[in-house]
Amino acid sequence: MDTSLDFTTIQTILENNAARVEDLINSYVDKKEQLISLLQDVQAEFNYIPQDVIVRISQKLDIPLSQVFSVATFFQAFSLKPRGRHTITVCLGTACHIRGGQRLVDKIERDYGIKPGETTEDQRFSLETANCLGCCALGPVMVINGKYESKVTPAKLDKILKKYE
Amino acid sequence: MVEQVKKLLDKRLKNVEELEKLRQTILDNKDASRTTVSVCGGTGCRASGAEAVVEAFAEEIERLELQVKIEFKETGCHGFCERGPVVVIGPKKIFYQHVQPEDVPEIIAETVLQGKVVKRLLYTDPATNEEITCEPDVPFYKRQTRHILGANGQIDPTDIEQYIAVGGYSALSTALFQMTPEKIIKEVTDSGLRGRGGGGFPTGRKWQSCRRAAGETKYVLCNADEGDPGAYQDRSILEGNPHSVIEGMIIGAYAIGSSHGFIYVRNEYPLAVEHARTAIEQAMDYGFLGENILGSGFDFRVTINKGGGAFVCGESSALIASLEGKVGEPKDKYIHMSEKGLWEKPSLLNNVKTWANVPLIINRGADWYAKIGTADSKGTMIFSLVGKINNSGLVEVPMGITLREMIYDIGGGIPNGKKFKAVQTGGPSGGCIPEQFLDTPVDFDELTKLGSMMGSGGMIAMDEDNCMVDVARYFIDFLKGESCGKCVPCREGLAKLSDILNRITHGEGKPEDLDTMEDLGEILSNGALCALGRTAANPVLSTLKYFKDEYLAHINDKKCPAGVCRELIEYSIDPEKCTGCGVCARNCATNAISGEKKEPHTINQDMCIKCGVCYDSCKFNAVIKS
Repeated sequence: MDTSLDFTTIQTILENNAARVEDLINSYVDKKEQLISLLQDVQAEFNYIPQDVIVRISQKLDIPLSQVFSVATFFQAFSLKPRGRHTITVCLGTACHIRGGQRLVDKIERDYGIKPGETTEDQRFSLETANCLGCCALGPVMVINGKYESKVTPAKLDKILKKYE
Repeated sequence: MVEQVKKLLDKRLKNVEELEKLRQTILDNKDASRTTVSVCGGTGCRASGAEAVVEAFAEEIERLELQVKIEFKETGCHGFCERGPVVVIGPKKIFYQHVQPEDVPEIIAETVLQGKVVKRLLYTDPATNEEITCEPDVPFYKRQTRHILGANGQIDPTDIEQYIAVGGYSALSTALFQMTPEKIIKEVTDSGLRGRGGGGFPTGRKWQSCRRAAGETKYVLCNADEGDPGAYQDRSILEGNPHSVIEGMIIGAYAIGSSHGFIYVRNEYPLAVEHARTAIEQAMDYGFLGENILGSGFDFRVTINKGGGAFVCGESSALIASLEGKVGEPKDKYIHMSEKGLWEKPSLLNNVKTWANVPLIINRGADWYAKIGTADSKGTMIFSLVGKINNSGLVEVPMGITLREMIYDIGGGIPNGKKFKAVQTGGPSGGCIPEQFLDTPVDFDELTKLGSMMGSGGMIAMDEDNCMVDVARYFIDFLKGESCGKCVPCREGLAKLSDILNRITHGEGKPEDLDTMEDLGEILSNGALCALGRTAANPVLSTLKYFKDEYLAHINDKKCPAGVCRELIEYSIDPEKCTGCGVCARNCATNAISGEKKEPHTINQDMCIKCGVCYDSCKFNAVIKS
């Protein structure tokens, strides 16, 4: 079900932001060791890490492409696919798990046809899971676009998601 | 610009006298007659809507022009997250729970202006049905010793002067001007402090070997990559009292001779990153960081590094790889990182909680500190007491308290009259401890003896509705996903364990699986490269040891006694109890429930996907799980 933005759209986004990307990468020249920070900045800017940017980082910072790629795929914080307008992160930490966090993931999978790491066809939602969001006393917890929702049940889920179009 | 620079320079404290003068000025300017209103702004309370409460207070105070009369602040986490948003009114420390924006005008009119208590916002002790007015009298807090967390509820973490007002940076001035590095290390060693991140290694010994290591350049590192699911104390300290961590790091840096430190913090903790960043900037402005700290000639700076979201990066060598901008894979540690760590230089890595203990030890002395706790585990420990428990939140207690006191006296027992089954400690590397060991004193060594561990302080209570096989499967799947894949025992062993456990929970287990899992556990603990792999089998081994009957029920009888494993349960409707209200049918995702209005409904088993929504939504307990 997971779809990416079409190629032309991506090209347009990148062209429109070419200068921004260059500035961002330039600010890390001589700071090779801060590759993870740079990727975080890129992720924050585009909501994912475009392939062209990975190549550009490798060239500009003189880091082997394989290393940039391995870092970008090793850490959970990075996505190589464009994400939807709203990112839902369901916590699957122990405290949330034993209070039924997985059932929220199951329901979103059923209702929206997306598994963790995937995006709905209409680009409305991306689903992610987290090992622990550190709100353990209030589980099951999920975060939508940075906003925390506590003690979520499958029955409450529809009402919450309705707010995000 | 020039003005700005001048202003910055002006704030920098040049010596201890200036620090003490500033502290005195802050205290003198404090009007003791003002009522203090502290709203918890920790992530937990924010998740329950604290930001709107803060806004409501700010507006109401402005509307009534009460700025002079009220000292209003948004503080760090108070610990009782489950009752959030929490508001505490000083000086009496009146404790209000579940406060909503619409309660604010009443709190100001009644409590702040007239000293009257708003009864409906008080905490009621479920044991005695008694309403409790003051924060320290709430049973959740009463049994705690909050040496590290105490200041969290008193100070605004984004204002360094509030930290200074409660004695902040006095340990630093003592360390810099009254102690030699050797004396500091001796003090830390004598205090008996052990690493709070999981390993429990004696902190003083780590410092000593780093001080002795050859080389000019050394690094001080703070591990705030709090990865253990179910633990969030590091987040709360960094959010609520970041200067205590920074002060500890500066003292550590002075002791080993380092001029640069890093805080490696999880990307999932945006507020902790923000507050730590603000604290570093303010500490620079006031001369606690940077060059010539308090005129001592000692230089030190701290950089924040955000992690990329990998559990394994909490492991020291993986954390270092990640700090160097590489994939977070652990290395074999034949050379200690106190000799060759970050960029091959001697590095001193301690957990957030360990650093936060340092100013306390310097201020109160090793003798005082060593009196708290058990023979080999000194001081207090912060636990996140969560899961199936009435009072959940962050709890700071002296080492040696029993699990029973934690669960029942502080935690208030298990909710909804359910029966306690186990407590899981130590994160994914820990184990599940059953009821017969509830009187065990909690410290590093006792928990290890039970096949679990202290870890970073997660403590997750489980009741009769939790399936221990499912819990083991959960942790193994977690670790399988987080294994970096570098060494074979961890990569392949966890995949195999996960296959077996998933089979068992699906009702396809075989009797020989139990022996195979024990063998795999042994291979992992002997053969894996890093601590993550070596301890990865603990959740399986401890549940096999204490809850073998549950495994056997899954394997032999194809039953999940706790009613968790989906393939082994069935939902049905009790016609006696069903009123035919239709709520379950409306909520059913697959339209598997049917029935006439006001007549008992039935579930079509072929269509049922066992999601449990009917069970949750029935108000008459008519849905049966068997």
